[in-house]
Amino acid sequence: MIWSAFKVSLLVVSVATIITSVLGLALAFVLARREFRGRELLDAVLTMPLVLPPTVTGYYLIVLLGRRGLLGAPLYAWTGWTITFTWQAAALAATVVALPLMIKAARAAIESVEPKYELASFTLGKGELETFLRVTLPLARRGVVAGIVLSAARALGEFGATLMLAGNIPGKTQTMPLAIYEAVISGEDRRAQTLAVALTLVSVAAVYLTNKLSRAKSAQAA
Amino acid sequence: MPTNNGAAKVPNEITVSAAVSLKDAFIEIGQLYETRTGIHVNFNFAASGILQKQIEQAAPVDVFASAGERQMDELANKNLIFTDTRRDFAGNTLVLILPRSQATTQELQWFERLAQSPVRKIAIGNPQTVPAGFYARQTLVNLNLWDKVQQKLVLAEDVRQVLDYVARAEVDAGFVYVTDIAPTNQAVFVAAPAPETTHDSILYPIAVVKDSRHAEAALGFIALVLSPEGQAVLKKYGFISVLFGEG
Repeated sequence: MIWSAFKVSLLVVSVATIITSVLGLALAFVLARREFRGRELLDAVLTMPLVLPPTVTGYYLIVLLGRRGLLGAPLYAWTGWTITFTWQAAALAATVVALPLMIKAARAAIESVEPKYELASFTLGKGELETFLRVTLPLARRGVVAGIVLSAARALGEFGATLMLAGNIPGKTQTMPLAIYEAVISGEDRRAQTLAVALTLVSVAAVYLTNKLSRAKSAQAA
Repeated sequence: MPTNNGAAKVPNEITVSAAVSLKDAFIEIGQLYETRTGIHVNFNFAASGILQKQIEQAAPVDVFASAGERQMDELANKNLIFTDTRRDFAGNTLVLILPRSQATTQELQWFERLAQSPVRKIAIGNPQTVPAGFYARQTLVNLNLWDKVQQKLVLAEDVRQVLDYVARAEVDAGFVYVTDIAPTNQAVFVAAPAPETTHDSILYPIAVVKDSRHAEAALGFIALVLSPEGQAVLKKYGFISVLFGEG
């Protein structure tokens, strides 16, 4: 049971972190470098999951995506599939809750890059994407990596929104935090402790290794 | 009654949303069901209120087993369960517990003692959200103790929290279900059951969910829970059987 929760968590965190990194970076770039109406409003909306209790975020998600939901109903009518109670739901809940951390860190990092370097790249005839990948991103790298680490850690610990949207089904959607919740509430203190220690070790190791890695790379680049 | 759809084939699995307090008993009944029918049971264990919200949003659930009548009533009002499949399948006993260190044998008037000064804090589940807290309040009101103890109450978010406060002697007394106390729990002492006449009957309802695509298999699961074998499992974990009367 501990092993199956670990496997579900690993899958969920991997998928959530990949989506969060790519999507978060794109959104951070748009927010940092584009002037448009409603920019700060968009930022505020995307930040909401950071402020709301996760159960409320989960409730919004299930209202939106459940079989009777605004988006969920047409999806179900069309494909006969619903995201509720699937591992994809756990990944989505983790993504939504982790995304603001990625956006905040990456936006600040991109904004701290002097626009003159990007301008120089444009003058040399490089396109926007190439400039972003070869000039902006390397200069903003430390903030971006920090964002990825923070959002992966948040995804690993996600509980409330996941419980609501993905349910707590052992072997299918039961992540490590859900397994801890179940063990605590049903009085299995031993198992709860084992799981809690395992989750703590995994988190500390992941954050520590990533920090080290990014420091080493930064030192190399400097 | 779910319509008997002749074309419906036997499913590979069904999903049962059950109150987390039923976990051990239901896992055992689920294994029985799987052996009998070859249909795997996915259990979704959480607080009854969360399970209710999921069903309201058409989560793919076949059977709902609630720790409180209220959650089932609300689903029935929204026409989300087959009301003719609804049964009360188990009962529970509310008990007054004390930290083991404060257990004394000569004192018998446990409930009256709650109002006296040595008892400074009493933990109950939040009556608004925790069924056990709701029954605890009824008992205290009916014993004419509510006004006297209200200042001493510590409201917990679930029964587990009440149990922890008492076990750690953070409070001087608490109300939980007898099934919440593990046989190995050495830290709490069961002083007395709350008199049955002081609160509504504590019953666990079960029903087939309207959105179920495997209503026949779901009904089979409920039948097993209500069968002598299912009831024996529940009894083993401290629940009151609805078949044999008081257990």
